[in-house]
Amino acid sequence: MIELKNVHVKVVDFRLEQINLVVSKGDYCVILGPTGAGKTVLLESIAGLHALRQGAVLLDGKDVTNTVPEERGVSIVYQDYALFPHLTVRENIIFGLRVRHMTKPKIDEALEWICGLFEIQPLLKRLPATLSGGERQRVALSRALITKPEILLLDEPLSALDSESREETRSLIKNTQQKLNITTLHVTHDFAEAMSLADSIVVINQGKIVQFGKPSEIFYHPCSEFVAHFTMARNIFEGNIISQDKQEKVFQTNGIEIFTSSDKIMARYAVIRPEMIQITLEKPISSSNSFPGTVKSIVDRGANILLTIDCLPFFECLLPRQQFEKMSLSIGNQVYLSFLPSSVHLI
Amino acid sequence: MAVIPRIARAARSYLVRRRLLVVFSVLSLLIILFVFIPLAKIVFLSDKVALWQALLDPTVMKSILLTLYAALITAGIGFILGIPLAYILARNTFPLKGMVEGLIDLPIVVPHTAVGIALLFVFGRNFLLGKWFNSVGVHFVDSLAGIIIAMLFVSVPFLINSAKDGFRKVDVRMENVARTLGASPWQVFHRVTFPLAWRSIMAGTLMMWARGISEFGAVVILAYYPMVTSTLIYERFESYGLTQAIPVAAILVIICAFIFIGFRFILQRDKKRD
Repeated sequence: MIELKNVHVKVVDFRLEQINLVVSKGDYCVILGPTGAGKTVLLESIAGLHALRQGAVLLDGKDVTNTVPEERGVSIVYQDYALFPHLTVRENIIFGLRVRHMTKPKIDEALEWICGLFEIQPLLKRLPATLSGGERQRVALSRALITKPEILLLDEPLSALDSESREETRSLIKNTQQKLNITTLHVTHDFAEAMSLADSIVVINQGKIVQFGKPSEIFYHPCSEFVAHFTMARNIFEGNIISQDKQEKVFQTNGIEIFTSSDKIMARYAVIRPEMIQITLEKPISSSNSFPGTVKSIVDRGANILLTIDCLPFFECLLPRQQFEKMSLSIGNQVYLSFLPSSVHLI
Repeated sequence: MAVIPRIARAARSYLVRRRLLVVFSVLSLLIILFVFIPLAKIVFLSDKVALWQALLDPTVMKSILLTLYAALITAGIGFILGIPLAYILARNTFPLKGMVEGLIDLPIVVPHTAVGIALLFVFGRNFLLGKWFNSVGVHFVDSLAGIIIAMLFVSVPFLINSAKDGFRKVDVRMENVARTLGASPWQVFHRVTFPLAWRSIMAGTLMMWARGISEFGAVVILAYYPMVTSTLIYERFESYGLTQAIPVAAILVIICAFIFIGFRFILQRDKKRD
């Protein structure tokens, strides 16, 4: 378990402030945020590589605020793996055991175990420079896990990989994490990556935690305009609630009125995710949120098509390819867009 | 006969297209020749018999061995004292860091005779450290110790700067990973940082050694005797003229050239291995 209590860190000109976080044992927690948000500094602070200005770090209930990194039982894997270029794969992997002066039979036993886990036996004699991205990643993970740490810290572990090995490594990481039941903190700026791996997500921006919750919570109920933007909610409209009754509220923005079943009393933004919007050629019979509009742009994204529809405010909608082709839409077409009041989230 | 104008046209067009390269190549050739000709002349055109005689002359031999030995000890001292400073400068920020870096570079630009006088002021028998060292039996004037401190002063910047660049090139995240894997800061330095910066440290040490071997200005003021080779060249030139000075100078040039060839060979081999 990782527990951060009111952590403040300053590294050169960068600050982390008021970081409070609890990650349960065996959880896979993803720290999500834009570049420069302080994600790596947060990981390094947990590893003990930066002194805290204030606050405490507890690992499995033990206060390690003043413990040196080598005694914390935390392993870190960086984006470009930071393999030691002067050592062979074998020497890289057993580095952590060597510096602890473990005996050769114990080292061999651990090496055999990790080789089975990551299938790296054929790579052992090679130098890191001769490995592919995916192989380097496996070596870096082996090196990090052979010491059997309590906590695994992953700093953008997938971003240096091509899309094919990314998929492979993603499931390798997740499977290994579950098999070893190791508490994992994974840093990324990629929202899709966070959604696919996380048990919980921490959104961080400008050195502060903005939101913490389960992936679905972050996805459907972003707590701020920043989180909504960052999670690709796309349709974020500024306005205000103009009427409310028990069942439905009306949110007015840019001259249109949006019905919502949100229970918020005060709100500044209405958020509608692009995949929650229906597009039809005919006016839908029963929908409280239904607006006519014109197709302004079409962006082909492979499996999905992103449409921009002008209905006073611009809406962005994500349409499955099959449906898009069936409707044979083109720019300038008149369409109706509609969405359920329950799909409107107020901030 | 239309071939010649065509060739001329092609040559002109080549010259126009590659004008920058042509101009730069000519200027480069001038500076290469400027360095090469005097060194080549002293080595290849000096009288072979005189060169051989100089090599058999015990005074010359003794001075060459003394020079190599003194410069080696100097490089060793520089290694022990300079590498920690290089590491601190590469990895830490602290007040007045810029001044410390400037100070380290200063011996390169200060006239070396002035360095000799400054060292005499500190290590001379009647001054500061000199007095104390004198009391424990170490003398700097006209002694091996004097040669070493003169060499150390002028050559240590080469090692510190080279090692500093080497340490800077080592990704700090490798050190971080090593720490989290259980290595103490000493182990990290010994197993990761030092081996990765080794090439720059070795280059700096060899540069320092070579610079020590060729030092004259500072050594001559602090320790005219025992005579290092550069002082011997000067002495022979002053007392007997050019013909006596050339063979000794040639030997020193050859030795320095060998160190440099060896040094480049080691670096190249190491680069290939990486």
